[in-house]
Amino acid sequence: MSPIPEDEVRRRQRERAKVMALLLGLFVILMFAITIAKMTVNQ
Amino acid sequence: MTSLPISPPAHRLPAEWRDLLALTKPRVMSLVVFTGLCGLLAAPVHVHPVLAFAAVLCIALGAGAAGALNQWYEADLDAKMKRTASRPLPAGRMDRQAALHFGVGLAAFSVILMDLAANHLAAAILAVSILFYVLVYTVWLKRRTAQNIVIGGAAGAFPPLIGWAAATGDVSTLPLLLFAIIFLWTPPHFWSLSLFVRSDYAAAGVPMLPVVAGLEATRRHILLYTLPMIAAAVAPWALALAGWLYGAAAVGLGAAFLILAAAVFANRASDAKQMGPEKRLFAFSILYLFGLFGALVADKWLLA
Repeated sequence: MSPIPEDEVRRRQRERAKVMALLLGLFVILMFAITIAKMTVNQ
Repeated sequence: MTSLPISPPAHRLPAEWRDLLALTKPRVMSLVVFTGLCGLLAAPVHVHPVLAFAAVLCIALGAGAAGALNQWYEADLDAKMKRTASRPLPAGRMDRQAALHFGVGLAAFSVILMDLAANHLAAAILAVSILFYVLVYTVWLKRRTAQNIVIGGAAGAFPPLIGWAAATGDVSTLPLLLFAIIFLWTPPHFWSLSLFVRSDYAAAGVPMLPVVAGLEATRRHILLYTLPMIAAAVAPWALALAGWLYGAAAVGLGAAFLILAAAVFANRASDAKQMGPEKRLFAFSILYLFGLFGALVADKWLLA
């Protein structure tokens, strides 16, 4: 069994962290927009 | 029960985000999103654009979760079929447990978000559709019976129902007919595919109809299922739930579908290379669903 190259692990972790940060940011914006939309609809 | 060891040691690496995306079957998702969106847009109420977007997003995420869980369970089957051997799990690019966690997490997230953005009914139907696809189709039916996609086809028929429920908070005749259309469309769609990839299914031991009952029986079934599918497609117009634009599309597209299904019925080829009619029907069946649901929305928005 060949050792796992640490560079490759770090690269993948960095890419996944960037994608996750982007998705979390979009989620926050979406939740804010849903809240405002629900308030508008209820009025 | 699936046999677990699929991946080589390379899967100890963290999965690439692209492989996580591939688990969600993005190409299948496009049809699910479209029919869900059409169900939402065909509803007789105004939906706030943000809430509509969130509902369609939840349908997409739910479909992605179901696709991921399907690939998690079927990794051993996928490894035996040319068409699916390059997916992340059979190709050894990802750990199975990561796929399971991703699928379950995404499923829970989509249902909770649907409940927050739309209503309990839409969230409940979304949850049922995910569970139906994973437990009834993937785990129970697919490896056991040639009727797998007849019953399992219901899983793909839920999106317009979910879209409608997200908009209105209830379910009425029209969304049930939309459900019936996709339910009856699924067998001819998948059987035409399974005819020209029969050797793949046979190698993997999946009891698809062409493997179990033969080519002739499958071609006959395709033609027979096309008739109730066309009847279900015309029904919204016949029941005055949709206008003439939709009616014309349902009749025209249905006639084209029937002609292509008849060509499949008449074909006697057993070699996949000579299955032109089957490939044409498969390609057209996708176009058919896009056209039919697009016409329903156009009918409501342009003629209402």
